[in-house]
Amino acid sequence: MSLSVSLHHDFGGFALDVDFRAPPGLTVLFGRSGSGKTSVIKAVAGLLHPDAGRIATADRVLFDGVTGRALPVHRRRIGYIFQEPRLFPHLSVRRNLTYGRRFAPRRGDRAEVDRVVEMLGLGALLDRRPGGLSGGEQSRVSIGRALLSAPEILLADEPLAALDEARKAEILPYFERLRDETDIPILYVSHSVQEVARLATTVVAMEQGRVTRAGPAVEVFADPAFSPTGPRDAGALIEARILTHHADGLTEVQAGPARLHLPRTPGTPGDPLRLRIAAQDVMLAREAPQGLSALNILPGTVTAIREDAGPGVLISLTTPAGPILAAITRRSLAAMGLTTGTPCHAIIKSVAIAQREDPRVG
Amino acid sequence: MTDWLGPEEWQALRLSLKVSFWAMLASLPLGLLAAYALSRWRFPGRQLLNLLIHLPLVLPPVVTGYLLLLTLGARAPLGEFLGQFGITFAFRWTGAALAAGIMGFPLMVRAIRLSLDAVDPKLEEAAATLGARPLSRFFTVTLPLIAPGILAGAVLSFAKAMGEFGATITFVSNIPGSTQTLPSAIYAFLQVPGGEASALRLVALSVVIAMGALLLSELLAQRVAKRVAGK
Repeated sequence: MSLSVSLHHDFGGFALDVDFRAPPGLTVLFGRSGSGKTSVIKAVAGLLHPDAGRIATADRVLFDGVTGRALPVHRRRIGYIFQEPRLFPHLSVRRNLTYGRRFAPRRGDRAEVDRVVEMLGLGALLDRRPGGLSGGEQSRVSIGRALLSAPEILLADEPLAALDEARKAEILPYFERLRDETDIPILYVSHSVQEVARLATTVVAMEQGRVTRAGPAVEVFADPAFSPTGPRDAGALIEARILTHHADGLTEVQAGPARLHLPRTPGTPGDPLRLRIAAQDVMLAREAPQGLSALNILPGTVTAIREDAGPGVLISLTTPAGPILAAITRRSLAAMGLTTGTPCHAIIKSVAIAQREDPRVG
Repeated sequence: MTDWLGPEEWQALRLSLKVSFWAMLASLPLGLLAAYALSRWRFPGRQLLNLLIHLPLVLPPVVTGYLLLLTLGARAPLGEFLGQFGITFAFRWTGAALAAGIMGFPLMVRAIRLSLDAVDPKLEEAAATLGARPLSRFFTVTLPLIAPGILAGAVLSFAKAMGEFGATITFVSNIPGSTQTLPSAIYAFLQVPGGEASALRLVALSVVIAMGALLLSELLAQRVAKRVAGK
């Protein structure tokens, strides 16, 4: 099931004009605050009526600007995780969780409630009132409440923005599980590169009410033109699988036909991992380097050069592990004579695991 | 039990309770609607509605009573029209209930509106995204949260009705057994020699009822705050 969104809305002084598709998996609407991300998901939810456009899933039209047909909010079958939890204060956690079930056409069985309660770790909270819960607990309840309304689309509006780092780390894995264990499209609004790198299957980057870049996360992150928070944060994503754990404390992973070495990473062989390689952590060499301490060296070919990205330049390369980005100086660019199509070697100084906290290897 | 109040005094108390009960009950749905409209909807004439509802609070009660007499009296066009359907207010206990209901209406609307203002409309929005249609949202989210506020409004309106005098005596006069409520009876007792004892007993009764009602409505208002906080 995928969701297509095309809409135009004039706020008077600010116009929203977007067109994108959200395939199954998690699509991050990414951009600075004020770029119109929240308005987009409000329109999908029916809380905002756009001037024109069309919002539809494979089999249902939620909004059609031409016919003027707009499903009311309560018939859209969406799960909306708001920025603040918005729990019903007069109901217990259990009744908050099951609130949407009585309106769902297909009433899930008790096992479904148990599964969500277990997944979000809510077992001990069921009989409590929302007023006495911590911020992280309230967030988890609001996620569970949205899930149990049997939604066909899940919308999340910066669900972590109001939480401190510890609470964020507590909630993020639940979104990973949602992405991996459900097949409904998830639209997730965020302005954090870390969240996007970690969660996104698809990225829709927005600026001033428009989509500037949209596509699979790995592709978008490998585009040197995509550095929404400045070239310092540029970096590619690599999809990999754990191959084996070595006795000397390293974990070997397979990325396409290439193999990379990371510091010991929890997980069993076969587990998928998403790696993030910051452009600043990649050096380039024309010849295959010898006698370096770096463990991960990938052969590649230059595919694009972006010269307007701050003091240095961003080089995009294809490698057997996937596309990666390297940040080098203008002087190096000139000295090495790099142009599109030049073969070279990427020396990766450190690899971060996008999915977990940040263990790095030298 | 009955001997500390004379038969006329009992009659006045019974009538007052009946009048106040019906005045309160009949204003409840209207009061809820008016409070909801004022708290949640933006429409032309909203300020005017607000003003009209609050007018009885500041107008001399005798003016309210006289206006009722002008519109719903036996000779007034609207009164005559309703009379054809057997609905008469003039000089009957129903008229006393109407006058009392109108005088208590602003108090009821204010109490309900305050509790509605304390409920975040975003909760109703959240309920909508979970599949609840407008009426379900109201009954499962808004109403339970403001229930103590509604009760407080009802108690205030009842108490106000128990004490209403000016509009009632102007509109429906002071007929023992049919329109002589507690305050009218006190007034009547004070007009006759030797009536002070009866009047004092009724005065004491009035004070007790009024204080009890105020206390109850305060307690209920505190419960709203607690409920909305989710404790």
